[in-house]
Amino acid sequence: MSEAQSAMPGAAFEGAHTVRETGLCGMITLRGDLGASAMAEAVRDAAGTAVPGRREIVHEGASSVAWMSPDELLVMTEYARVPEALAAIGAALKGAHHLAVDVSDARAMFEVTGKPGAVREAIAKLCPVDMGHDAFAPGQIRRTRMGQVAAAFWMVDEGTIRVVCFRSVAEYVFGLLRDAGLPGGEVGLFG
Amino acid sequence: MLILECPCCGVKGEETEFAPGGEAHLKRFGPGSSEDDFHAYLFEKENPRGVHFERWRHANGCGKWFHAARDTLTLEVFGTYPAQTAEPPKDIRDKIAARRPGWRWREFS
Repeated sequence: MSEAQSAMPGAAFEGAHTVRETGLCGMITLRGDLGASAMAEAVRDAAGTAVPGRREIVHEGASSVAWMSPDELLVMTEYARVPEALAAIGAALKGAHHLAVDVSDARAMFEVTGKPGAVREAIAKLCPVDMGHDAFAPGQIRRTRMGQVAAAFWMVDEGTIRVVCFRSVAEYVFGLLRDAGLPGGEVGLFG
Repeated sequence: MLILECPCCGVKGEETEFAPGGEAHLKRFGPGSSEDDFHAYLFEKENPRGVHFERWRHANGCGKWFHAARDTLTLEVFGTYPAQTAEPPKDIRDKIAARRPGWRWREFS
């Protein structure tokens, strides 16, 4: 059995904000009727949370569930727990039309930390998204474009933002996040 | 800049987050149709200076298709509505009528 590796093990940057690759994270794409009671059961069994509302992300212990589209959720949990979570989803949704796939190795995750204004600024420099305090807050997830590629991000708290992207573009996204925090590039728009 | 609101996920995003999908409300003429119909379906597209109906996809977001009614000249967006409709809904048409009295687009007005 080969040893699982994240996209950029140990990659880190320190500047106006800090960036680090979070390492292996279990991710499951779950598609189906989000309003169904079986779906609520599947999400509860797999991650211990309720089904998130539109553009929301909910956390419970080491697990998170993010709303990706009207018929898609992203279930995040420990890397090693994915088979168990998939089995729980399969059992809860048995007979219902759904799709649940382990996409852990297809994604990369970065964590941007720093002063509240600095992390908002890092994202605002890279994505066409209003990062104002009244427009984006912890508990929301936003799928968008980061530079040239698709990405999604959410705020863990005011000083921490997590970014997920495809593994194939991990190096590019890390470069974007790093360059956004190079000394001399501070704008200070968000305080 | 064109700013669209995706009716599927509610995100108000700018143009680069979306992918254009061409003219809206086309009737497909495939195998078995007359050559004239097929030709018209393939090539005879609206290209107005003003009110236009288009399909868009929230490519860098929720990934869903939807319809948008906008002005090609001013980039004013009259509204977006779900892809699962065969014609522009009444409220969108009323909104356009208020802003552009006497507008016409294909058989709609």
